[in-house]
Amino acid sequence: MSWFEKLVPSTIRTEGSSKKKGTVPEGLWTKCPNCSAILYNTELERNSSVCPKCEHHMRISARTRLELFLDKNDQEEIGAGIKPTDPLKFKDSKKYKDRITQAQKQTKENDALVVVKGKLKGKDIVAAAFDFGFMGGSMGSVVGERFVRGVNKSLELNIPFIVFTASGGARMQESLFSLFQMVKTSAALTRLSEAGIPFISFMTDPTMGGVSASLAMLGDINVAEPNALIGFAGPRVIEQTVREKLPDGFQRSEFLQDHGAIDMIIDRREMRDKLADILSILMASKLESTGYNPIPSTVNESAVDEQTV
Amino acid sequence: MDLKFLDFEQPIAELEAKIKELRRVQFDNDINISDALEQLESKSKTLTESIFSGLSDWQISQLSRHPGRPYTLDYIDLIFSDFHELHGDRAYADDPAIICGLARLEGQPVALIGHQKGRDTKEKIYRNFGMPRPEGYRKALRVMKMAERFGLPIICLIDTPGAYPGIGAEERGQSEAIARNLFEMARLQTPIICTVIGEGGSGGALAIGVGDRLIMLEYSTYSVISPEGCASILWKSADKSQLAAEAMGITSDRIREQGFLDEVVREPLGGAHRDFQKTAMNLRETLLRHLEELKRDSMEHLMEKRYQRIMAFGVYTE
Repeated sequence: MSWFEKLVPSTIRTEGSSKKKGTVPEGLWTKCPNCSAILYNTELERNSSVCPKCEHHMRISARTRLELFLDKNDQEEIGAGIKPTDPLKFKDSKKYKDRITQAQKQTKENDALVVVKGKLKGKDIVAAAFDFGFMGGSMGSVVGERFVRGVNKSLELNIPFIVFTASGGARMQESLFSLFQMVKTSAALTRLSEAGIPFISFMTDPTMGGVSASLAMLGDINVAEPNALIGFAGPRVIEQTVREKLPDGFQRSEFLQDHGAIDMIIDRREMRDKLADILSILMASKLESTGYNPIPSTVNESAVDEQTV
Repeated sequence: MDLKFLDFEQPIAELEAKIKELRRVQFDNDINISDALEQLESKSKTLTESIFSGLSDWQISQLSRHPGRPYTLDYIDLIFSDFHELHGDRAYADDPAIICGLARLEGQPVALIGHQKGRDTKEKIYRNFGMPRPEGYRKALRVMKMAERFGLPIICLIDTPGAYPGIGAEERGQSEAIARNLFEMARLQTPIICTVIGEGGSGGALAIGVGDRLIMLEYSTYSVISPEGCASILWKSADKSQLAAEAMGITSDRIREQGFLDEVVREPLGGAHRDFQKTAMNLRETLLRHLEELKRDSMEHLMEKRYQRIMAFGVYTE
């Protein structure tokens, strides 16, 4: 750095780089990964990122999911200050620390689970959503801890808990710390179950490995989005092990429903209506004892959004 | 080359073979070569000591899957008495990859759950290489719930490459079976002692691995994914398994450093497969000690401690 540059205040020096970033244009079009239709982004967003041509449910970020699911008002994030560390100083072709930093930059999240206490059609609820964009939605210590904090908030307030999963499984870079999050999340759910508070597991594409084999399969109601890949072992691993061609639709939501693993498949555009209704039924007796009158599903949604209960 | 020995065990194997040969010569010819024998034996011991004092994580990983290693059924023979095997999940099938039963440990009644691998090819296939299907986990849960009803402590012996990745296993809900066990074991009102005796393969191990104590045999391993699996995903090459084994920290010593273990059970010189009896006696002593401790505790206190122990899993900053 020359003596002249040192004289220039740092705010001026960094101006150039920030300007460059701002000029990168946002994409206007998205290609559907299923039917290859070219879709106008605004239209796609209006349709909850479901392809209007083929009904393919595209992967969406945790924030987008919660935005689509919760009422706009009264949102409070839980455990946002919990951040990942690198207990094993893990390094493969890249350092774990660098992978975290990169994922944080890409997703603007600290880790792969976002938990928010909010409202669904005016009713309090805690909702957690995995961010598949953050290291494949993998579950490490932060995901486990945030999940538990969310469960505890539900317990404290006696309100339902819902998780939207999208994850490849446990995060290898935290080894046993990750594996044991399967126990931690499952154990926390025993408390919800014993308190008679509904837990809904809403599985989206993909839900595999350690996440599938713990919190995701433990819902009072297990729901999946259409055509989501859900299972324990990945299809490639199974194919290599059994040396057979896998049946059509193997490990997809419809396959799981046929085999009795999930209660129902819900279209993303209907998730608010259906889940609000299901929860009002599950919560009915609990609310009756506290003198609460559940809102019938026929009530106009926007009207409900505005009222504060 | 003897296939029962791992490559780094070969020098020991050769020396042992020589000793065996000399013994035979001595027996046949009635000549006194006991001095030479003694010398060779002490050389073999020194050699074993030197090889085993500097084992890499990858070598320990190989030891944990050593074909000669004692399995659950061996420990049942050597440690427990009055064993009655209980079969089937009452819904679909009996899974031979998991053994369940009632038994006594030094006179104390217990329920026993353990993965079981096979010795010869036929048994390996019968036991599905110790890889359980959902019915195995459901059988285990059924027996554990019964143990809770009758106030029996539960002893779990973990030794699996992982839950079976098969079509039928997925169809019958492998994920749900594992998840259900984690959920129920976290709140089962009876003491649970889990010991990794060989390979602790990920969720397949964990599904009978939730409890009040976690113990590992010295040369056993416990990991979120096999070193080979980790290498092929993160390094895009299964050849990097050694690096993956080290990076994940899967040996008993490394896991104790991570704070997960209550005890590491020492193995005889050269590993558990060199002396079943001694390994079993070491494990027996450890199990008895922990069982004694747990039985002294009130159930309420035990459950609270288990829950707090589970909630403490993980490291993060805040």
